[in-house]
Amino acid sequence: MTIFQGTAARDFRRGGRDGIPALVATFPFALLYGALAVSTGMSAFEAVLMSAAIFGGASQMVGIELFGQSVSPWLVVLSIFAVNFRHVLYSAAVGPRIAGWSLPRQAVGFFFLVDPLYAESELKAEKREPITFAWYMGMALTFYTAWVGGSAVGAAFGRLIPDPHAIGIDFLLPIYFLGLVMGFRKRTMWAPVVAASAVASVVAYNTIGSPWHVSVGALAGILLAAAMPVPRREKGADE
Amino acid sequence: MSTTLWIIVGGALMTYLTRVGGHLVLSRFERIHPRVQAGLNAVPAAVLTTLVAPAAMAGGPAELASLAVATIVSLRSGLLAMFLSGAAVLVVLRQFMG
Repeated sequence: MTIFQGTAARDFRRGGRDGIPALVATFPFALLYGALAVSTGMSAFEAVLMSAAIFGGASQMVGIELFGQSVSPWLVVLSIFAVNFRHVLYSAAVGPRIAGWSLPRQAVGFFFLVDPLYAESELKAEKREPITFAWYMGMALTFYTAWVGGSAVGAAFGRLIPDPHAIGIDFLLPIYFLGLVMGFRKRTMWAPVVAASAVASVVAYNTIGSPWHVSVGALAGILLAAAMPVPRREKGADE
Repeated sequence: MSTTLWIIVGGALMTYLTRVGGHLVLSRFERIHPRVQAGLNAVPAAVLTTLVAPAAMAGGPAELASLAVATIVSLRSGLLAMFLSGAAVLVVLRQFMG
């Protein structure tokens, strides 16, 4: 692991601070995940290993749900892949922004490319600030530690939560995701994209069902944006 | 190797593939088409919306009120204030509405 010094150390700390809202929003889910994983028959070690190796909250929730229903293993893996498929798009978008990093750093960086990391990286690019490896890792490690640590605590003590519904644990993630959506409201085509994705995801959710509503809904908004007339001279605008 | 470990390792590999794959595939093209660029630009709002909309549709008054308050707060302040206000509304209303 790189030891950051000077400006990099400052960037690293700043990244850590930028990761705090995501940490606060996600920590309850890490607890919930740990508790649920153990209740489906996983050992605490396996529950924590899953968090450390996959590092993808929604996909892990889907994974343990299917695991509890004793679905065949390859189908569980496929579902995890389906839920995380959106990361392909994050990867394509963030890749050019971190092209200046060394290959090992890129390889490490992509491992941590989850929703909050992606969203914060895009917000940083929006402000025309460089995405440094130190800043990125400060945020990544803050978030990763909270996710893996929270899973461990949840696995150990999860059954002690008296009433998860009363403290709103199941609805914190939508509130948090809504905040991220609002953060992008200055982008071109934002309102039509959000409207198209909202309608398509609700329809898909009620017809083909979860987790496909994510891919279908996202595709609707993306295709709408891509189908609109594009200003001619914008080709290199994002460099 | 137990079935659980197999699922974890398989899931981890597939997940890493999604995180590195988009870049590996797209970096093969020298110039990104403006329509692709416009599509990529729409990705975050599009994806994140799909994680909110079905949950909002399934929600009752407490959930909808919390999203409404959070939306209003987000116009004026940052993510943390927005999140905490939405969560506070949710917790308080659920005490009364279940």
